[in-house]
Amino acid sequence: MTTMTVKGSRRRDPGGFRRGLRRNLTAYGFLCGALICFAFFSWYPMVREIILSFQQTNFVDEPTWVGLDNFRTVIDDAAFADAWINTAAFTGLALVFGYVVPFAAAIILNELRHAKAYLRFVVYLPVMLPPAVGVLLFKWFYDPGPGLFNQILDLVNIPALSWLDSTDTALVSLVAVSTWMNMGTGTLIYLAALQSIPGELYEAAELDGAGLFKRIWHVTIPQTKLILLVMLLLQIVATMQVFIEPYLMTGGGPENATLTVAYLMYQYAFNFGDFGAGGALGLMLMVVLMVFSAFYLRISRDNQS
Amino acid sequence: MKPRNLSMLLAAGIVLTAAGCGSDSGAQKAADTKPGTAAADAPVTITVGCQPPKSNPLERAAWDEDVAAFQKLHPNITIESKDAFPCINPDTFQAKLAGGTMEDVFYVYFTDVQKIIAAGQAADISPYVSSVTRLGDLRPDVMSVFKSGDKTYGLPRTNYSTGLVYNRKLFAQAGLDPNSPPKTWAEVQEAAKKIAALGPGHVGFGEYSAGNTGGWHFTASLYGRGGEMVGPDGRTAAFNSPEGKAVLENLKKMRWTDNSMGAKQLLQWEDLMRMMGGGKLGMMIGAPDVVQSVNNDFKGKFDDYGVTALPEAKASLSGGDGYLFNPKATPEKIKAGLLWLEFHELTPDQGQFNYERNKGQGRPVGLPTPDLYGDTAPGKQIVETRKKFATVPVEHFAPYAEASTTIQNKIEPPRAQELYAILDVAMSAVLTRQDADIDKLLADAEAKANKVLAKSS
Repeated sequence: MTTMTVKGSRRRDPGGFRRGLRRNLTAYGFLCGALICFAFFSWYPMVREIILSFQQTNFVDEPTWVGLDNFRTVIDDAAFADAWINTAAFTGLALVFGYVVPFAAAIILNELRHAKAYLRFVVYLPVMLPPAVGVLLFKWFYDPGPGLFNQILDLVNIPALSWLDSTDTALVSLVAVSTWMNMGTGTLIYLAALQSIPGELYEAAELDGAGLFKRIWHVTIPQTKLILLVMLLLQIVATMQVFIEPYLMTGGGPENATLTVAYLMYQYAFNFGDFGAGGALGLMLMVVLMVFSAFYLRISRDNQS
Repeated sequence: MKPRNLSMLLAAGIVLTAAGCGSDSGAQKAADTKPGTAAADAPVTITVGCQPPKSNPLERAAWDEDVAAFQKLHPNITIESKDAFPCINPDTFQAKLAGGTMEDVFYVYFTDVQKIIAAGQAADISPYVSSVTRLGDLRPDVMSVFKSGDKTYGLPRTNYSTGLVYNRKLFAQAGLDPNSPPKTWAEVQEAAKKIAALGPGHVGFGEYSAGNTGGWHFTASLYGRGGEMVGPDGRTAAFNSPEGKAVLENLKKMRWTDNSMGAKQLLQWEDLMRMMGGGKLGMMIGAPDVVQSVNNDFKGKFDDYGVTALPEAKASLSGGDGYLFNPKATPEKIKAGLLWLEFHELTPDQGQFNYERNKGQGRPVGLPTPDLYGDTAPGKQIVETRKKFATVPVEHFAPYAEASTTIQNKIEPPRAQELYAILDVAMSAVLTRQDADIDKLLADAEAKANKVLAKSS
């Protein structure tokens, strides 16, 4: 009721509205810039992409509406199933590695007493590398001949692995690169969450005789539950769009073992010149990602309320 | 994983450029200048792609010199050169077209020509092309790349057919005679084994198997053995044949029995060039332009390489590049563009064939490419001048040059990139898996290719 009254009184007081507007003018100005940027660079392209997926166009003549033809084309493609399976597998593996590793790293960093700042920098360092550089570096690590990884295996008398050149290991190898390149960001976010946990909780747990793992299980994880959930969803949304690793490292091979939805979309649009089919594939991916994004928004909203 | 919304990026690329196209409406220009109404010498400005980039000052200077000379001859024509390296990028091609920033005369690889024509993204220049005086002398197989039905859409700049590039230095080190390169696949196998035996890191024969380049080289090998990629109607795959099987069996043997292809696979275009330039790769399928790239971009030396015919070649995959015309270009622009192309790309001793100047600039002269005219009068004239001003050891390329006069050139199959993507699977399987079942791989690829080809109009 109070709100209603306030709103009502504002409506009756145009001078007050104007004052409010004037007071917040700078803020609105900034907001406008952001909105225009979003509209121009994000929303409009998205709408265009949706339209494109129902059209056939050569960018010269007027596009023609083809209904669901583009969707049929991509679904009919033998590589379609491969791309989705690989994308799902990549996302799943990326969760196993990319979710657990940064969390564990954050816990370790949080427990450390010395060299904390230095190690935080070291962990974050790969994020600062341009992705192409990171990928090329790993290409050398994975080289089946003089590559670093096989040299290490050789030191401990383990036979060399084919890494990228085997259908068994190619996808996992890409996940490892992706994890390495991006774990810094996750680690810092987890670290911030860990540092917000009141120290008394740990002290109480310790007094109750809880060891390290019990403390993690009963204090750390419940206290960081929300951020873990949010990161899980963001991770899924981000990793499902994996493109640069297969594009630069394997070209989708061997035998389509690293062909992902985003890479197939690139093939359609840029190599086969079929933007409609590429758009259709992009729309499918977007719909799947929107489901996860909806969960993310729901959790964020619940948390705020 | 950082959020990278590729789907949006994809659309953004199109849309951003589309947003900028309003000001440059080709349709409007076409309406302004109705065919045949403008005076013959009315001022016309054309944009032309593939001016050498600033990072290549010698070639750029030569280009600019040629533009000035051409404009002196045709004072009504202004050439606006557009540089880019590489001259065409599949990522930006469609966006440039959508945004109206595509050059009036745009550069294109043979690989993409038919796709662009089929998509209606190139202008039909048939009514104007007869103005090119040497048109009748151009190799029919090369011109066929730029034709669809009875219509012509462009002109070539370079042409080459596929051969075998080899490292003469490694041949000598392995006890092989660099002046007697392999003529059969059995000889390639033997030579590859000897080169691989030179020590760790040495690869006898390198082959592509990723990013569609595997399928491209499968096609080159298949043509060489006399096979076909598609049936006569272009609607069914024809590579599941004894020749197709032989291509994969040969690779399988070299990779797994002979161990002469190195352990690292999934190689793409640049990888083999780098290996060649690094001096550890013995042989690869390629043309003289490979040697040029290895020399210019990958630290190899001209003297160390040679090119010969593809072993047992019955036909050869033809490659190269040329120019198409913007579908929105006016007739005046097309006519002016044809004059420029004839001046710069098609006239002996002039433009790209100005070997005397090229030699003076210290640029390599003597590679047996491009071959646009075959054995016709302008072709002979070009070969003659090239020999006169040669700066590279021409004898290293003699077997290739000799063979190219007799081996039939074959253009790429319809829906080339889609077929190449499908055949990457077979190529990568054979090169990465010892137990690869060649019959099954070819049958699977055939089924997939038939689906793609059935959609061809």
